[in-house]
Amino acid sequence: MSLMSFFSRRTTAPVARDRLQILLAHERGIVGGKSDLVALLREEILNVIGKHVSVEREKVQIKLDRGDSISTLEIEVEIPSPASPRIAVNA
Amino acid sequence: MAKVLVVTSGKGGVGKTTSTAALGAALAHNGEKVVVIDFDVGLRNLDLVMGAERRVVFDLINVVQGDAKLSQALIRDKRLENLALLPASQTRDKDALTEEGVAKVLNELREKFDWIICDSPAGIERGATLAMRHADVAVVVTNPEVSSVRDSDRIIGLLDSKTEKAEKGERMEKHLLLTRYDTARAERGEMLKVDDVLEILSIPLIGIIPESEEVLRASNVGTPVTLSNPNSMPARAYFDAARRLRGESVEMSIPTEKKGLLNKLFGRRAA
Ligand SMILES: Nc1ncnc2c1ncn2[C@@H]1O[C@H](COP(=O)(O)OP(=O)(O)OP(=O)(O)O)[C@@H](O)[C@H]1O
Ligand SMILES: [Mg+2]
Repeated sequence: MSLMSFFSRRTTAPVARDRLQILLAHERGIVGGKSDLVALLREEILNVIGKHVSVEREKVQIKLDRGDSISTLEIEVEIPSPASPRIAVNA
Repeated sequence: MAKVLVVTSGKGGVGKTTSTAALGAALAHNGEKVVVIDFDVGLRNLDLVMGAERRVVFDLINVVQGDAKLSQALIRDKRLENLALLPASQTRDKDALTEEGVAKVLNELREKFDWIICDSPAGIERGATLAMRHADVAVVVTNPEVSSVRDSDRIIGLLDSKTEKAEKGERMEKHLLLTRYDTARAERGEMLKVDDVLEILSIPLIGIIPESEEVLRASNVGTPVTLSNPNSMPARAYFDAARRLRGESVEMSIPTEKKGLLNKLFGRRAA
């Protein structure tokens, strides 16, 4: 065993930490995935609305609320009024 | 108001039962009325660690099924009068426990005790989910080791989704209890450090319990380590954790054994 491997053999904890961080980032997406669901919905909703009206990303609010027996998904989309110059450009 | 605390981990053998007994005794020692409940149906051990194995007559399942009254099943500790044990059944299987039955027992206990500490079985199956189901507070027991940390992460996910609190949209109070910690090995980079585990799991730390032969000694004689040797390192760490659970702010210290040179050279061989 070389001197180098003698020393590097001892500090295995950083390897453990890195492996865990990568693994858990992945597993949390599959198992829990609450925030991911909101992100996913947001993208798809933006796409659907975008087909018909032009909206800015920040103007779409999505909230997932857990209730006693039901949960609610709240979607708020701010659409510029017809007078707005942007619609005119896009129309 | 009574608090239901679940001691859970996912991975087996990390120190849940040891911690349930030690924290329960520490809280009771501080004047709180405490009951510890064994949810490990079929593999009960809390009775042994508490030194009450020969006094078990009725158990949690008997109470849930109405075969015994709660007062008949509760075993009062011989050392601390405000500490009690509700044992698990050794013979029945865990399907005998129903969610409603457990809820009813817990509500009855809420009237009589300040702390109801549920010792969860390992795993993420029915026994473990029942133990956490009605909890107000969770202590996640973790060893500084990859599989334990991964399983704790899973358990944290379940605490945030499968408990009554989570389903009501309320926040489940979660605390990390790092056990079997070996400061010297962590310093040498052989073992995950406190900060590594905290960064990965990102729930607040309630205590660091050192790896110590005192723990085995205490379980040999059936006394929670906080009563068998209150001045030992693990006992002091458990006492501090218990005070933090009560809301006191106690400075966190990383336990270090003060060893002489001879001990440093030869002490590890005995460990
Ligand atoms: N701080 C510690 N130092 C040394 N040994 C410990 C420590 N904590 C626990 N142990 C030992 O580890 C073993 C497992 O502990 P314990 O039974 O408390 O774990 P558990 O999580 O309840 O296990 P299970 O998942 O099987 O219920 C026991 O032999 C115990 O004595
Ligand atoms: Mg156990």
